[in-house]
Amino acid sequence: MSTATLTPSSSRVLRFDVIQRVTHWVNAALFTALIITAIPLFYGSLFGVVVPRHLDQEIHLWCGLALPLPLFISVLGPWGARMRRDLRRVSYWTRDELAWLRTLGRRPLDADKFNPGQKFNTLFVGASSLIMLGSGVILQWFHFFPVSWRGGATFVHDTLAYVVVAMIVGHLYMAMTHLDALVSIFNGRVERAWAKKNAPAWAREIDESSVDPSQR
Amino acid sequence: MAKENVSRDKPVAVGRRFFLGAGVLGALGVVFGGSVQNKVSSSLGGGLGGILPFGDRFRYYTVTGTYPKISKKKYRLEVSGLVDRPTTFTLADLQALPATEITKAFQCVTGWRVPDVQWRGVLLADVLRHVGVQSSAVALTFESYDGTDTESLTIDQANLPNVLVVYEMLGAPVTRAHGGPVRLFVAPMYGYKSLKWLSAIKVVDRVQPGYWEQNGYPVNGWIDGTTGPTNHNPQLA
Repeated sequence: MSTATLTPSSSRVLRFDVIQRVTHWVNAALFTALIITAIPLFYGSLFGVVVPRHLDQEIHLWCGLALPLPLFISVLGPWGARMRRDLRRVSYWTRDELAWLRTLGRRPLDADKFNPGQKFNTLFVGASSLIMLGSGVILQWFHFFPVSWRGGATFVHDTLAYVVVAMIVGHLYMAMTHLDALVSIFNGRVERAWAKKNAPAWAREIDESSVDPSQR
Repeated sequence: MAKENVSRDKPVAVGRRFFLGAGVLGALGVVFGGSVQNKVSSSLGGGLGGILPFGDRFRYYTVTGTYPKISKKKYRLEVSGLVDRPTTFTLADLQALPATEITKAFQCVTGWRVPDVQWRGVLLADVLRHVGVQSSAVALTFESYDGTDTESLTIDQANLPNVLVVYEMLGAPVTRAHGGPVRLFVAPMYGYKSLKWLSAIKVVDRVQPGYWEQNGYPVNGWIDGTTGPTNHNPQLA
């Protein structure tokens, strides 16, 4: 699998390994199920249109509880080296990257593997998943919380749901308009030329590296 | 960490700050969000507040997945059991009894709340007086036209001055989604006690836990922040 990227001269480089791709698609499936089952929960008149209410609630609950699992599993073992390294990339920003985001991309940037917009999206999805999970737990096991907290959890869960859907729509738009990047979440690879143009710092890193680039 | 960035400049731990900030925001939202929401929607007024995601708006619940459709003409409320005069009320019969109107929030046990809802109907106490409750009676069992939902109240709870058999809500006849033509409104308790599409009241000698109670909700659903399976009413339990 890594033979294509063994030599710097090869034209394609590995962007996402199979663990990352599977994690992405399991997450995508969970988000899809959560959003679809959320619609009748939010607009009660749609109950029973697709599935009975109780089944709808159960699916929403279990998908929500399962949401952190794919990422946890993907970083836990020796298979998670690449995911861990990419999460570190997403977590640590250079001053230049902060400035780039502050000017909404108008400032030139020697971009890393992920640009600040992509990093922001990743952090947003992660943090909002945790908030949705926490507020969802309050809504499900409301017995244990004062009624004002339940109201607040409803507020947080409903409002953030709208923002999350908006972010996902934006994510899909970016995917559809950047087909080279989109393909890499299916087959894992991008053209070296694409990397040099869109992620020059990362491309140099691969070139300069003496280790197998697929391990970067 | 982040060795690959060191050569360019000193990295900033944005991820950690982002997660901490989000956690704080989420916690603040849970603790204070309810009151913020109430203020926002009362300043926006009912119309807009009802549309926006963060407004106070009804979530229409039904335990069967559909809303029963009952015409006003065909509507009947059957009151039977331990009573002197078992009676079947038409909607007109109910409207002929003395009307009571209260304005009170609808509070769902799961947290959402709609403030200042107008409710108009007959005091349940007046209905009970009309049929004559026998001395052996302990509780009421309510049934719904949906064929599944049931509820219960003790006789003492049913005689409270803010427990209504409702035929008008929000200034208009109760809509189908809201449980029309006739529903209960038990003001001091969570919304699940306010059974929709009310079809029958049976006066019985013991409390029979209703649909939601069989699914884990407290039989006495007092709105006081201390729900739980063991929630009891200090005066009336």
